[in-house]
Amino acid sequence: MSDVPSDLKYTKEHEWARIEGNRVTVGITQHAVDALGDIIIVSVDLKVGAAVSAGKVFGVVESTKSVSDLFSPISGAVVAINEALKDAPEKVNESPYGDGWMVAFETDGTSAELDGLMDPAAYSAFLGSL
Amino acid sequence: MEQSSLKKTPIYDEHLRAKARMVPFTGYSMPVQYTGLVDEHHTVRKSAGLFDVSHMGELVVSGPGATLAVDRLVTNDVQGLMDGQARYTVCCNEGGTILDDLIIYRVAADNVLVVCNASNREKIVGHFNQQLSATHEVRDISDDTALIALQGPRAMEILRSGVADGRAEELPAFHFADMPVFNVDCTVSRTGYTGEDGVEIFCPPGEAARIWRSLMAAGESAGLRPAGLGARNTLRLECRMALYGNDIDDTTNPLEAGLGWVVRFDKADFIGRTALLAVKEAGLARKLVGFEMTDKAIARDHWWVINDADEQVGMVTSGSPSPTLGKNLGLAYVPAGSAAVGSALRLRDPERGRIGNAIVVKTPFYKRTR
Repeated sequence: MSDVPSDLKYTKEHEWARIEGNRVTVGITQHAVDALGDIIIVSVDLKVGAAVSAGKVFGVVESTKSVSDLFSPISGAVVAINEALKDAPEKVNESPYGDGWMVAFETDGTSAELDGLMDPAAYSAFLGSL
Repeated sequence: MEQSSLKKTPIYDEHLRAKARMVPFTGYSMPVQYTGLVDEHHTVRKSAGLFDVSHMGELVVSGPGATLAVDRLVTNDVQGLMDGQARYTVCCNEGGTILDDLIIYRVAADNVLVVCNASNREKIVGHFNQQLSATHEVRDISDDTALIALQGPRAMEILRSGVADGRAEELPAFHFADMPVFNVDCTVSRTGYTGEDGVEIFCPPGEAARIWRSLMAAGESAGLRPAGLGARNTLRLECRMALYGNDIDDTTNPLEAGLGWVVRFDKADFIGRTALLAVKEAGLARKLVGFEMTDKAIARDHWWVINDADEQVGMVTSGSPSPTLGKNLGLAYVPAGSAAVGSALRLRDPERGRIGNAIVVKTPFYKRTR
């Protein structure tokens, strides 16, 4: 079974969101990493300060085998981008929930969008249904 | 497609045991990767990899003059094969476009084995039945045949543990023979789809898993690992081997696909000859070329080749990072005027709008040093 940390929220696009107050950090899940294989490009088409709405494509992640869009799980303003992935995309393979984080957003924190994300149990059940 | 409706090869359980990621592929549940595509790719180039390619189609054409009869259905010279010799070819329709690419094995003058792509099996069986007279029988033995490819510089050394007297090593490239492999009667062929030395082993389905396990055990110390469809694709692409459905199909002819070397206008008449001769005389409007990306982009299958006005003028048919060369490579149909080595290509991802730049390079991208 895929690693599904208990302190995160999840989307059906296999992204995770770490919610700390108004700050939401986003990456892709172990399941996504396993499906993609060796990741060689993480390309985020955003700049710090940009406003993003939920469900919007904000970049792509490429492995030897395939290309996948990255979807913003929530609406907000970009406050940080993991620039280290430009030169070391393999960090996503090595540590998808840690050094492999991709973008951090600032939200108003009360958004119903946050409630729409899956909790770990729901995401595990979703993975089981695939 | 529902997982449950997918066919399983006789080696399916071994893939699950090795924790392969299984994907639907031409109606079969097939391993796309085990430990990882790149690892598997390097393993085949440096040591050896084991591939389950039991999904491939096999048919036997038998009857008086079967070799001559098949010769008329394919573009390459099959009539000139010796018993025990195999040859790569394409099979065209009257219009000169490609129904499938095949390997033809001459067992005897009256007995020919044809290996076709899994996706084209029914089409080819139908085509052969339609084109051959009643004196020739076409038997589809795909379901009674498992196929294991052992590929890599250490493949022959590994095979030695299952084949007596070095019989397999005596086979020149593109030759085959019946011989016991781990005491099971098999047909061993010095062919493959990776650009490395190695064999493909046709074996009875009931024994295939045992042969697989025996080879894995025999090859352990040499670094043998199972390899999936993902690595198979990058390995074949580096050697510019065509993939049916991507680089060639029934809208492309072998001349523009760079497969002129398998079209023998100097042999007896064959289906598609007239059309292909007309293509040759008129000159090619487009050509399948190899390209190398000159920026960070990775062009993928179905990206467009575009001109300065951003109009589509061609198509990427295969595109991928090359694990061996550390570059991003691909094949694309381009206008004949842009086909020369060194020509600059602009490529566009039609889905995401991204642009990449490439130059036409010589193929094969990779050739093993013997």
